[in-house]
Amino acid sequence: MKKLILSTAVLAISAGMAMAGSHSVVRMGTEGAYAPWNFINDAGEVDGFERELGDELCERAALTCEWVTNEWDSIIPNLVSGNYDTIIAGMSVTDERDEVIDFTMAYTPPDPSVFLATSMDVDVTSGVIAAQTATIQAAFIANAGWSLVEFATPEETVAAVRNGEADAVLADQSYLASFAGQDGLMLLDRQEQIGGGVGMGIRESDGELREKFNAAIQSMKDDGTLNTLIEKWEVASTFQ
Amino acid sequence: MFSYCTDPEILGQLQWLSCYLTTGKHFSFYGSFVTVLILLAITAPTALAFGFGGASIARSRIGPISWIGKGYIAIVRGVPDIAFFLFFVIALDQAFEFARHKVLCPEWNEPIRQGSDFIVCKAAKLPLGNAPQWIHETYGFFLAVLTFAIVFGAFAANVIFGAMRAVPKDQLETAEAYGMSRRQTFWRILVPQMWVFALPGLSNLWMVLIKATPLLFLLGVEDIVYWARELGSTKNAKFTSYPHGDWRMQYFFFLLVFYLAFTKVSEFVLDRIMKRLTHGQATAGGEAQRKAAV
Repeated sequence: MKKLILSTAVLAISAGMAMAGSHSVVRMGTEGAYAPWNFINDAGEVDGFERELGDELCERAALTCEWVTNEWDSIIPNLVSGNYDTIIAGMSVTDERDEVIDFTMAYTPPDPSVFLATSMDVDVTSGVIAAQTATIQAAFIANAGWSLVEFATPEETVAAVRNGEADAVLADQSYLASFAGQDGLMLLDRQEQIGGGVGMGIRESDGELREKFNAAIQSMKDDGTLNTLIEKWEVASTFQ
Repeated sequence: MFSYCTDPEILGQLQWLSCYLTTGKHFSFYGSFVTVLILLAITAPTALAFGFGGASIARSRIGPISWIGKGYIAIVRGVPDIAFFLFFVIALDQAFEFARHKVLCPEWNEPIRQGSDFIVCKAAKLPLGNAPQWIHETYGFFLAVLTFAIVFGAFAANVIFGAMRAVPKDQLETAEAYGMSRRQTFWRILVPQMWVFALPGLSNLWMVLIKATPLLFLLGVEDIVYWARELGSTKNAKFTSYPHGDWRMQYFFFLLVFYLAFTKVSEFVLDRIMKRLTHGQATAGGEAQRKAAV
C-alpha cells in the first residue's frame, strides 16, 4: 500500500514536472483599456484587435493561451517577475523598453500620434499636453520640452482635455480617432511620427517563445490575414 | 440577461438600464464587492492575531525576543503603506519562489537574477505557470491578505501593547498575591481586561482597514475601484452595445455611498461591543453603567 502511494506520488510529481517543462499555458498580459487595441467587452472579457490577433497567433504556434489584464504602469515589471509571459497591449518597440525586455517583430506598422483638443487653434508647443504615463508620447513631449501632464489610464488623458485641465492630449491616432467629433473634441492637423511598430513584449530569457510568435506573425503577414485584421479594427496602416 | 436585451438601441430608458446593469461586466463588478467583504472577513482576524502576537512578544521579559516584537511594530508602522504594498507583495512572492526553487531544483546552476529578470525553475513558480487563471487570482488575493495582515497587525500590536499596560497594576499584583503564575495572570487577568482599553484603537483600525481596501487594486486584484473605473469610462458605440459618456462620477458616487453605509454599520456594531466590554469594568464607562443600573 505504501509503495502504491509512493509510486502515484512520484508519477504525479513527474507528470507535473513534464507539464511545467515547456509553456503549456502562455499567459497573455494586456491592459484592457485601449480600444480598439484591447478593451473589456460587455461580457467582461478581453476583446479587440489584440485579442483576435493573439488568439490566432496562439493557434498557429500551437499554444494554449490565457488572457490577463494588468495596469499599464506596472505591465513591464510584472512581465519580468513572471506574472504572465507576454505583453500584448499596443506597446511600441522602443530602445528603452528593449533594454529591459525583448520584442517580437512588429505586428502593426507605426501608427502616427495625433493631438485631440477642444479647439483647432491650440498651440501644442506652448499649451499643456496630456499623455499616459510611460508611453512613447509622454517621453516625446518631455523631450520636446513642452508642458506635460501624465495620467495612469488613457481614459483620464481624454477626460483632462474635456474638463480643461489640459489643452490637448497626444496619443495613437487609432485610439483618439473614436473620440473625435463628440463633446466638441477634434483632432488637430499636426501629427507626430514617434516610435517603431507595435510588437509583443517577451522576457529576455524566453527566446524560444519569441521565436514561436515571430514565426506565427510572419505566417499571418504572408497570407494577408494580419492586414485584414488591421483593417477590420482600424488600428494602423497595413503592411505593404 | 433578459430576453428583450438583444437590441438595446430600441429600448426605453428603464429597460435599457435593466439590460445595462445586468451585463457580464456588471456581474464582475458586483462580484468584486464580495471579494472586498471576504478580504475584510479574513484580514481582520488575521491582523488581530498578528497584533496580539506582536504585542505579547514585545512584552516579553527576554530582551532579544521583545526586540523582535518592537522591531516589527516600529518598522512596519514607519514605512508608508503604498511603498510597503508595492514592494512587499513582489518581495514576498519572490521569497516564496526562491525558497521553492532551492528545494525543488537543486541541480539548477544558472543565476536567478539575470539582468532585471527573476528566473526560477518552472517547477518553483508560484502558482505554476500552467495553472488556471482562478488559481493565479486566489494566490494574488492571499498574498494581498497576508500583506494587509502584516501592515495592520503592526498597528494592532501597538494598540494592544498600550492596552495591556493600561490595565491597572493592582489587578496584576493581586493576582500574584493569590498565587497565580505569570501565565495564569496573563490569560485570566490581563487579557480579559485589556480589550476595553484596546477597542477604541482597534475600531479606528477597522475603519482605516475598510478604507484601505481600494489598495487591493494596486496589488492587481480586480476590486470595486477597478471595475467602477472601467465601467464608468467612456464607451464608444463601436465597441459596446451600451455606449455612454464619462460616467465615472456616478460609479464613484455609488462607491462613496457603499463605503459610508459600511462604516456606519461598523460604528453601530462597535458601539454595541464597547457597551458589552465595559460592563463591570473599573473604568468611567463601567461606573456609568453601574450607576444607571442602580
